[in-house]
Amino acid sequence: MKAPRFSYVRPESLDSVLELLAEHEGEARILAGGQSLMPTLNMRLSEPRLLIDINRIDALKGISLEDGTVRIGALARHAEVLESPLAAEHLPLIADAMPHVAHVAVRNRGTFGGSIALADPAAELPACAVALNASFVLASTRGRRTVPARSFFHGLYETELAEDELLVEARIPAIAPGYRSAFMEFARRHGDFALAGVCCHARVEGCVLRDVSLACFGGEDRPRFAAAASAAAEGRAWSEEVKDAVKAALGGELEPEGTFHASAETRVHLAQVLAARAVDRMLAAG
Amino acid sequence: MEEAAEIALTVNGETVSARVEARRHLVDFLRLDLGLTGSRLGCEHGVCGACTVRVDGAIVRGCLMLAVQADGADVWTIEGLSDAGEIAGLQDAFVARNALQCGYCTPGMLLTAAEMLKAGRRMTRPEIREFLSGNFCRCTGYHAIVDAIEAVMAERFRD
Amino acid sequence: MTDRPEAAGRPLPRGSARRLAAGRGRYADDLRFPGLLHLAFVRSPHAHARIVKIDPAPALAAVPAAKVFTGADIAAVCTPWQGKMDHLPTLVSPPQHAVAVDRAVWQGEPVAAVAAASRALAEDAAAAVAVEWEPLPAAAVRDRTLDADAAPAHPELGGNLAYAAAIRAGDPEAALAGSAHVVEACFSFARHTGVPLEPRTVIADYDPGEGRLTVHGSHQAPWHQQDTLSRHLGIPEHLVRVVTPDIGGGFGIKLHIYGEEIAVSAVSRILGRPVKYTADRLESFISDIQARDQRVEARMGVDADGAIRGLSVDALSSFGAFASYGRAPVNEGMMTISMAGGPYANGHYEGRLRIAFQNKPPSGMYRAVGQPIACAVTEQLLDRAAHAAGIDPVEMRRRNYWAEDAFPLRTPGGIAMDRLSLRQCLDRLVAMMGYDALRAEQAALRRSGVYRGIGVATFLEMTAIGAERYGPAGARISTQDGATVRLEPSGRVRCVTSVIEIGQGTLSALAQIVADRLGVAPEDVGVVGGDTALAPYGGGAWASRGLTIGGEAAWRAAEGLRANILELAGSILQADPAGLDLAGGAVCDRATGETRITLAEIGRIGHFRQDTLPPGVQPELAVTRHYAPDDVPFALANGVQGSSLEVDAETGGVRLLGHWVVEDCGRIVNPLLVEEQIRGGVVQGIGGALFEECRYDEHGQLLNGSLADYLVPMAAELPDIHVGHVETPLRGTALGAKGAGEAGTVGAPAAVLLAVNDALRPLGAQVSSLPITPEAVLNAIAAAA
Ligand SMILES: Cc1cc2nc3c(=O)[nH]c(=O)nc-3n(C[C@H](O)[C@H](O)[C@H](O)COP(=O)(O)OP(=O)(O)OC[C@H]3O[C@@H](n4cnc5c(N)ncnc54)[C@H](O)[C@@H]3O)c2cc1C
Ligand code: FES
Ligand code: FES
Repeated sequence: MKAPRFSYVRPESLDSVLELLAEHEGEARILAGGQSLMPTLNMRLSEPRLLIDINRIDALKGISLEDGTVRIGALARHAEVLESPLAAEHLPLIADAMPHVAHVAVRNRGTFGGSIALADPAAELPACAVALNASFVLASTRGRRTVPARSFFHGLYETELAEDELLVEARIPAIAPGYRSAFMEFARRHGDFALAGVCCHARVEGCVLRDVSLACFGGEDRPRFAAAASAAAEGRAWSEEVKDAVKAALGGELEPEGTFHASAETRVHLAQVLAARAVDRMLAAG
Repeated sequence: MEEAAEIALTVNGETVSARVEARRHLVDFLRLDLGLTGSRLGCEHGVCGACTVRVDGAIVRGCLMLAVQADGADVWTIEGLSDAGEIAGLQDAFVARNALQCGYCTPGMLLTAAEMLKAGRRMTRPEIREFLSGNFCRCTGYHAIVDAIEAVMAERFRD
Repeated sequence: MTDRPEAAGRPLPRGSARRLAAGRGRYADDLRFPGLLHLAFVRSPHAHARIVKIDPAPALAAVPAAKVFTGADIAAVCTPWQGKMDHLPTLVSPPQHAVAVDRAVWQGEPVAAVAAASRALAEDAAAAVAVEWEPLPAAAVRDRTLDADAAPAHPELGGNLAYAAAIRAGDPEAALAGSAHVVEACFSFARHTGVPLEPRTVIADYDPGEGRLTVHGSHQAPWHQQDTLSRHLGIPEHLVRVVTPDIGGGFGIKLHIYGEEIAVSAVSRILGRPVKYTADRLESFISDIQARDQRVEARMGVDADGAIRGLSVDALSSFGAFASYGRAPVNEGMMTISMAGGPYANGHYEGRLRIAFQNKPPSGMYRAVGQPIACAVTEQLLDRAAHAAGIDPVEMRRRNYWAEDAFPLRTPGGIAMDRLSLRQCLDRLVAMMGYDALRAEQAALRRSGVYRGIGVATFLEMTAIGAERYGPAGARISTQDGATVRLEPSGRVRCVTSVIEIGQGTLSALAQIVADRLGVAPEDVGVVGGDTALAPYGGGAWASRGLTIGGEAAWRAAEGLRANILELAGSILQADPAGLDLAGGAVCDRATGETRITLAEIGRIGHFRQDTLPPGVQPELAVTRHYAPDDVPFALANGVQGSSLEVDAETGGVRLLGHWVVEDCGRIVNPLLVEEQIRGGVVQGIGGALFEECRYDEHGQLLNGSLADYLVPMAAELPDIHVGHVETPLRGTALGAKGAGEAGTVGAPAAVLLAVNDALRPLGAQVSSLPITPEAVLNAIAAAA
């Protein structure tokens, strides 16, 4: 199928992007990597009047480290993050997750910001951001604001982004000494969106976990910071008993929807299995 | 702000300029406007990889990029890479190993394989398979494609 | 000339491979036609609905130059068709229009066609056509379609039963009752489709001046299309020409008659302009034929020593909204009940089949038609019986194969068997896969909580089906193929064939065959095909028939040309043709091998210097031969497949570790080609076993109609596939080749299913629905706990 008609503009500055967004509020869409937007256009599932191509805005590019925080520009391509020594060193969770995101050719264009802004509930990066307690910088002609990842995702493809707002960058705390992380997902095929996935991040002292942050994705309408499961593991030596407590807590807090890909029960079960494995792996990595 | 735009780019090393509709994706531009039919459409939603082309040095889904976005870009297709001889080794191996049947996926497979070679090292069969995981072939069963790429790597990266 | 041909049998690279690898394939969508219009279709969003009104005005407002054709507009120039079979008078199927008239009977059925200057414009206009619908209840749940209160797929038929059949041999009830062990299972095989990477494409160009219709398309059976176009559009057959350029895979999907494809010709006829339609992938999922979709309840009884006593198979199959036109639509089901139990000695059998309509896309022939179902059912029951009797599954098979001296025979299911090589194949397979070592490893790993499984499945593959099956049905499908072999003035050879190349490499194999007969190199034989006006009449690409039938025709044509060349050489040389032979591109002395005259010289004289020949000598440097299978109704290939895999009992995931196939397709002309056919077939079988399914809701809405949601096997999920051969030449032909195109697909689902259940057995769990999803595995484990 061919895309419906639309106009196209490729501004050269961040300000003009924001002005265009304000001017065409509700009728314009940001075009970043296009790896999710283009399929919906080619299927005529969305019919925006105007595409604002942000690919040439330098201010949105790059990955850098400032004061213990990694800044990932909205336009950083998945491939760039995957190959970034900075990400590998300071964001091992994301480095772990990235090979699961799509395939080489898609990663060469898909962007970090696009993935966050899209808010696909089965996507890896939003869940990583939630697990790592990242925050996002949003900009519009009205000004800038910083929103924590844990309150950014509102629902299926729904976020805190207003129609005139642009996601500028993600700010993610770099991993601190003593911390480890693990990423696990279960997908039918390599590179597919996951049926269930788990991001785990904690300080590890021997086999005791502290400051535990467990995030789940793939079942519910948005990535979830699994507060109860994280609490169940907090400060305890990892054992079969704690594992069961974490699983039970997940069973209590996850409320996934069944779809034709998998039922709600299967998704909860998979999240439980993956969470236990993720912690096992995190400990084994020491 | 228009529904069409002037673009200028290089395709297979030659300068091209054209006026294109904003909604036209890169592969339709290559196929319909430039007659470069070696890049193919198998899904137009980013899954099959039949449309794989190289843009500014990296492979992309040609169906998920607008032609207007390629303004100023350096685009290479199967035709250009064949003529330039860059993928001759891969092509020989594909032919020798019969790593293609209908050939519809083959240009995309070859561009992906060429990107794989850029890593400059031999990969294991599972690594090759994973790298190919975004390219659908309905005919071959992939085994011979993996064989062919493995053979080229073994030849090129003797350690 | 030696008995064993020289080029045939060698793993020669295909001539076209280099061209295709350079991106120079020319598929239908690549062709250019001046003045071309593009067609897009308005499709029913409902599985079943009355078309109250179609208003083209908004479409014309959006795209003023567009032209909109309703079903009635198309019907004015194109008669409807009916998927009937003359010898099965009880088979019902209502008339089908190219574009629906009054009522749409599946989600995606075309209800209007829109022509415009580009595909994008045609889609713009099609999206704007206003259709008023009255939704009707749909028959959309296979297992409930025959219930008394089920909604009718076609109200005028008074019920959803399309066809019923039964086969019976011996006394199955008594045999099962008297068995030491009886095993039973209810299997489900999901609806799936073929997904060739190149979507269906057709360009029709009707020339009103000559009344001539030329169609270029991606089609496996252009003669069938020619016949249909001629009869339903009322254009004399000799004025209809169908050309097939390079084809990007078919697998059966492209051998059917599709409303859209016929509508393209109808619109071209109305407008007198070339018109094109390419299905996009989303359309493929709602309009390509769909297949499988069966529920099978089956029971097998065995003696204490494992010998099969009796087998009973009850299949509920589905047609979708129509029986596919002009072929053998009942075969998905008939193959199930006629092939079940096939490889194994047994006298007591009962097969029952019911086929029901549903409001889903028409069902048709997809690679291996019904045979994967027969194979999976038989092999799974045999594994369960082996387990019940405490016998190793490989040994179980060896004990039950038909005895070597039992051939020729007719199975209780009615399958004529000449001779098979089952034991040889099994022995090879067991050695190739290292069966004993895999079993030992499995046992060791099981102690550490790892669940490995091994499946070994015997398969039969019915190939090169002859007129006995299609003729009585009244199907206007030729089961013969033809070839013209011609000596060119240069001494090189050209072969024009009715075989259709869809990637199998058949044309290259024909070159090898012809080269041997004429003593030239394969690269000196140019093979072309794919044009109903220029090639000898034939059947096309289906039922793994290209080499068995088309290869035999080429062999015979080349033999004919050989005789003519020798006769002409005899006149030129004043020698007895019986003393001459062909080798090395020349006519030589049979006794000494000494070259007497080159083929180039024969060509030059035969084509340009007839004046130098003795009076009365007429050079005949082109020979056409046709071949239709005569002594056997089909060629039966056989083999064994093995699968090794690991089941993750916590996630339900299945990881394939290795796949092995030993097959016997008779004489192998080119092992490279055969092995790739096998591997590609295996992967499609694995797709059916683990991934592929057209998921419909109870209202007949397709839930996963994109390539992102309909899961096809990709490289990362697949194991290496090792192929071995046993060669038992087909009797009754000079070439001796049987088909190999479907073997992989027949046996792979069974091998994988058996291996999964082998892995699950220690957990007390079993699955019997394909595809085997992680969720199904988890549910089976939970149910067993
Ligand atoms: C075959 C295939 C497989 C895939 N598999 C996966 C997978 O396994 N996991 C996964 O996570 N993803 C997967 N993806 C999606 C891919 O990762 C996308 O790249 C990503 O989700 C979106 O990024 P993008 O830059 O392409 O965004 P685009 O497609 O350009 O945009 C997506 C949406 O976000 C909006 N948007 C983009 N950038 C901004 C911004 N800076 N500010 C505000 N709004 C913005 C757009 O307007 C649009 O609505 C897959 C895609 C394909 C084609
Ligand atoms: S056509 Fe682009 S990925 Fe399929
Ligand atoms: S060779 Fe046909 S799709 Fe790959």
